[in-house]
Amino acid sequence: MAYDHTVLMDGAGIKRALTRIAHEVLERNKGVTDIVLIGIRSGGAFIADGIAQQISVIEGGTVPVGAVDITLYRDDCSGQLPHQAVGRTDIPFSLEGKKVILVDDVLYTGRTIRAAMDALMDFGRPQSIQLAVLIDRGHRELPIRADFVGRNVPTSHKENVQVVFDGLNQPIEVVLEK
Amino acid sequence: MNLLIKNGRVIDPSQNIDDTLDLLVENGLVKEIGKKLAAQSGTEVIDAAGKYVVPGLIDMHVHLRDPGLEYKEDIISGTRAAVAGGFTSICCMPNTKPVIDNKTVASYIINKARSEGFCNVFPVGSITYGLSGDRMSEMGELKESGCVAVSDDGKPVHNSELMMRALQYAAGIGIMVISHAEELELVGEGAMNEGFTSTELGLKGIPRVAEDIATARETMLAEYTGTPIHIAHVSTKGAVRIIREAKARGVKVTCETAPHYFTLTDDAVRGYNTNAKMNPPLREADDVAAIKAGLKDGTIDAIATDHAPHHQDEKDVEFTVAMNGIIGLETSLPLSLGLVAEGTLTLNQLIDKMSCIPSNILGLQRGTLKTGSVADITLIDPACEWVVEADKLASKSKNSPWLGNKMIGGAAATIVNGKVMYKR
Amino acid sequence: MAEFRHKHIIALRDLSKEDIELLIATAESMREINNRDIKKVPTLRGKTIINLFYEASTRTRTSFEIAGKRLSADTVNITTASSSATKGETLADTALNLLAMKPDIIVMRHSVSGSHYFLANKINCSIINAGDGAHEHPSQGLLDMLTMKDRFGRLDGLKVAIVGDITHSRVARSNIQGLTKLGSQVFLAGPPTMMPPGVERLGDVTVCATMNEALQDADVVMMLRIQQERQGKTLMPNAREYSRYFGLNPNNIKLAKPNAMVMHPGPINRGVEMSSSMVDGDQSWILKQVENGVAVRMSMLYHVCGGELE
Repeated sequence: MAYDHTVLMDGAGIKRALTRIAHEVLERNKGVTDIVLIGIRSGGAFIADGIAQQISVIEGGTVPVGAVDITLYRDDCSGQLPHQAVGRTDIPFSLEGKKVILVDDVLYTGRTIRAAMDALMDFGRPQSIQLAVLIDRGHRELPIRADFVGRNVPTSHKENVQVVFDGLNQPIEVVLEK
Repeated sequence: MNLLIKNGRVIDPSQNIDDTLDLLVENGLVKEIGKKLAAQSGTEVIDAAGKYVVPGLIDMHVHLRDPGLEYKEDIISGTRAAVAGGFTSICCMPNTKPVIDNKTVASYIINKARSEGFCNVFPVGSITYGLSGDRMSEMGELKESGCVAVSDDGKPVHNSELMMRALQYAAGIGIMVISHAEELELVGEGAMNEGFTSTELGLKGIPRVAEDIATARETMLAEYTGTPIHIAHVSTKGAVRIIREAKARGVKVTCETAPHYFTLTDDAVRGYNTNAKMNPPLREADDVAAIKAGLKDGTIDAIATDHAPHHQDEKDVEFTVAMNGIIGLETSLPLSLGLVAEGTLTLNQLIDKMSCIPSNILGLQRGTLKTGSVADITLIDPACEWVVEADKLASKSKNSPWLGNKMIGGAAATIVNGKVMYKR
Repeated sequence: MAEFRHKHIIALRDLSKEDIELLIATAESMREINNRDIKKVPTLRGKTIINLFYEASTRTRTSFEIAGKRLSADTVNITTASSSATKGETLADTALNLLAMKPDIIVMRHSVSGSHYFLANKINCSIINAGDGAHEHPSQGLLDMLTMKDRFGRLDGLKVAIVGDITHSRVARSNIQGLTKLGSQVFLAGPPTMMPPGVERLGDVTVCATMNEALQDADVVMMLRIQQERQGKTLMPNAREYSRYFGLNPNNIKLAKPNAMVMHPGPINRGVEMSSSMVDGDQSWILKQVENGVAVRMSMLYHVCGGELE
């Protein structure tokens, strides 16, 4: 790689963080009743799968997991950047009255979360939306904070935090690129 | 005013001259051709070293748009474009408003050209009254008033009987009939040549057979009646073959093609370029090859431009809405010189097809540098390079497919009736 | 990741395989929006789309209008009946007048082939072709390809028979351009009077002597509309005889692969291009085509809005 990169978390560390988040979600919500997980494509959707897996290990049974693509809700769509393909939003259940755990891999400016919340509102009125992220790297531009954080990483704007997934979409490490 | 043109390469197919010679013009006539002619005092001397000195070029197919459509072109701008292109004489087609079907219109054109024009203008009268296609115009009066041929150019004479009678009648008077050979039902709403390009562009095609059928009819009518006929703007390989065969049988048929038919194919239409829209339409590569072969073997007698000026508002529109035709007077010479450069024609053959033969077909008494003949002379610079630019064209209209293209060769000077009417 | 870099969508001929795949992929994602209770996303909020239709077309115009609205754009419809076109205003003048209203996209249908290129040279907003003469109908081509992909999961290697008046069909041209770029084989059948010269040079295209030859082992059978006013008196004797040689029916469909898709761009002349039993039968994907039309047009509107000048 042409630039510096530091491994912030390895696969085991990520798994421990997701297990902890799963516990915190269950504790805060007093069990799995009415909980649904919605991952933000693409990284957040894979992290949501990981948390859901841990929840079912802890509590048994399954929690519904959906995925949202926020491309069509971005606030920079009116720019002149060439448009990429739109990913598929996949929420095959109603959000009415649910406790939605919105999941992303890295929380940064908060704009993605804003867009994702707008998208969720088009699927009904949830009881609550909570935010779970693997990494919070700071630099918020909107009044948004995470309810569940795998790890806080102070960064500068010039740096980039990347969650690396393997071919089976399992997170294998988190790297800080300078 | 006398002129001495020195050291030019004088090419005169009518006398089989091709040599470095001097040429003296006195009182509007060719006085003498020879080596090392001396200038009298008061004679203007033109140094023509490196230039060709040829009988004034004749374009037997021009639309001057005057009277009636002067917003496209008029006699002044059209003849200015002609001399800029090296032409000393042009024949103008009768589809003006009103049509050249009577003495008044013919005289108007001749008089205006004489008083204000830059070159000789020979009007072509209509075959049928008002181009209506249903009754003959007064060809006798047209001839007497100066028309050198009759034609319904722009459309065919659809009625075969009328066409046959017109050929017979015109022969009796001694005026040439020029045919726009096209079978209209086959043309229909067609906007370009029918072929792969029209298929891809989704434009309705004009099949080549529309021209071939009409050309065959004309040659057969001429054969049956034993009268001469001239076929305008030949564009298809079929028409070339039909005319070649007719000539071999002794039919008195002559024909012309235009520079765009030996330089462009219907590929030029891509992008829906309305400056590549004309009738007949640009054809395909094998037609271009056949046109060149026809020029080479003499099947095609003459090169004429079919100069068809149209206003920008008539061309800057959707393709099928755009009018047919392109301007050609100012680009014909360099494009035709290309035939010599590529070896299709000799220089002598080219000058023959652009001057001597057109004069002979229409009996214009020009196209020669013989002593005593009218001093219509074109000086050609075969090497000059220039770019076709809209604002530099003398024609009022700018509908050329060659805008922005580089040309090699052009008129260095155009001398009409002994007077220099254009100098590069 | 693929990006769409075209300002206009005028012809599938102008697009690459990747461009077409991207438009189809986005359309697949857009389809989800059409199944929501709230069928609207804010993507093109504040954008103005003018649907300028010089030919009547309820289906295509409505589809573009819905597509625009689902992306939150403001859409305005102008059809010949309510425009200056009938007053003799030129296309260029009409467009310049519309441009003064600052649209972001003009979706146009026009009877003259190539008129969209003419327009694109005059104005600076995006232009989407909703059909031009006998040239192209890219949104129809894309929705047809999306529908085929729904059924087979791929376009590569499909055998597609297109039957009817190829000469006058912009639907056929867009399908030929798109399908051959994506690896399908196209087999054409129709009366020789309706087969344009050189059409086999447009790609992997075979002109068949008979309809049966085209149908043989086809994965997809696409029937084109016969416009009796257009085919007139010279291209065929009458609808009855046309239907006998080039109509799809329960017998000749058996030549195609079992469960081959039957498609038609509409509107259908029942009993001419195909029998009613084929229109309404199990193999018919005609309504699915219409449904996919909205998603495809959403994809086109979305992508031209983000396009950069090439």
